[in-house]
Amino acid sequence: MNVIKKIFLTFLLPLFLISSANADKIRIGTEGAYPPWNSKDASGKLIGFEVELAWQLCRYIGQQCEIVEQDWDGMIPALTSKKFDAIMAGMSITEERMKTINFSQGYADEVASLAVMKGSSLEGMDTPDAVNLNLGGSAVNKAMKTLTSALSGKTVCTQIGTIHQNFLESGDVGKINLKTYKTQDEVNLDLSNGRCDVALAAAVAFTDYAEKSGEAVVLVGPTFSGGAFGNGVGVGIRKDDTKLLKAFNKAIDKARKDGHISRIAIKWFGFDASM
Amino acid sequence: MISIFPSLLNGTVITFKLLISSMFFGLLIGLFFAILRINNNPLINKFAYGYSYFFRGTPLLVQLYLIYYGLANIEFLRNSFLWVVIREPYWCAIIAFSLNTGAYTSEILRSAFQTIKEGYIEAAQSLGVSKKITFYKIQIPIAIKQSLPAYGNEIILMLKGTSLASVITIMDLMGEARKVNVLTFKPFEAFITAGIIYLFLTFIIHNIVKYLEKKYGFQT
Repeated sequence: MNVIKKIFLTFLLPLFLISSANADKIRIGTEGAYPPWNSKDASGKLIGFEVELAWQLCRYIGQQCEIVEQDWDGMIPALTSKKFDAIMAGMSITEERMKTINFSQGYADEVASLAVMKGSSLEGMDTPDAVNLNLGGSAVNKAMKTLTSALSGKTVCTQIGTIHQNFLESGDVGKINLKTYKTQDEVNLDLSNGRCDVALAAAVAFTDYAEKSGEAVVLVGPTFSGGAFGNGVGVGIRKDDTKLLKAFNKAIDKARKDGHISRIAIKWFGFDASM
Repeated sequence: MISIFPSLLNGTVITFKLLISSMFFGLLIGLFFAILRINNNPLINKFAYGYSYFFRGTPLLVQLYLIYYGLANIEFLRNSFLWVVIREPYWCAIIAFSLNTGAYTSEILRSAFQTIKEGYIEAAQSLGVSKKITFYKIQIPIAIKQSLPAYGNEIILMLKGTSLASVITIMDLMGEARKVNVLTFKPFEAFITAGIIYLFLTFIIHNIVKYLEKKYGFQT
């Protein structure tokens, strides 16, 4: 009897304690490798716009939170298999993803951009500053035409499973040699190393990298929004978890009105990316 | 599950190409270093041992990253003619895999060389066969035959090792499975199908090696 009791106390009881302590905690998944949205500092602590915003939203929801790290390519499966309850990982709201999960209202939006190393032949591409794919029209068509001929046959690098990959694979940019990477860090590395002629990601991902690494990475072409680039970044939540969805929507409303989202966005992006 | 099959088969072809090329270069490298290993000169011997010690003692993933990202970081290499090779992820993978399997192969062959009975060599010598001919016509064939079972294992290990190629952007079987995963958000379907294909490849390799062992196996 005594032995059984000991086994129970040493092995099983802690398990109960852990599970009961976690029961009312909201677990939020993030990648921790997409600065300035979310990343890690030198000590391995999760930091970034979304990490700070997550704590703020949890305060408004009035529940304890825990932020968990998860590789980008397993993010949505991890949510649906209940490894955590919400995604805040710079994940844009797209129709494709909406088939599997729900999204809260968008909390931030920012544009995508191409980047090259200084001295590339793609520098000085003659396109407008911004292209909104939702608008269409002759200006957008002309810009896309310029882009298609400029990118023709080039090696274009991007992170796997992103809106950027969707855009590059949509056929709108003609025939390119697409290379996909597990993380944005690796995209940046191969851009510097010269294996990529050009890379596509959130514009801030490149400016952040250029600033921190001192590499001569420059943005080229227009900034992109709309179409394959989705409708802003929101909190990903399981389809059946409508209660949590409502709670997040309410908290985002509040954080937007009192200026918290703008404040945190300016701190991390250098401009107001809130929406 | 059926709809993802064509793309996975494309990946399987790449996996197969990677495996064949790596095993080919790896066998040449392995044979070369095995010969160095049984050399009596301590310097040559130590050099060959150092090579096999390094490549067997570090993870294949580390070697792959070193060759793909590490070498590309050296400015001097980027500006040299070698860049044509190092630029391509496919060649980087083959270099890493060949060097890795070469290290294991050299050990397999070395032990096979060392277990050849003295009697065979003495018999050849007593018939007036030269040392060189003895080595090429007697020692090497015996060593290769003897190491068949262990080498069969090495091929299967390498097949599984090739799945690491996907981390350096190669769309091999694992790379295609990953792509299916991020497109459909169904990891189970993607990876179980890839797993079954790997299993099938292993089954084929296993049986080929078994057949060769039966046909050419050597009892000493």
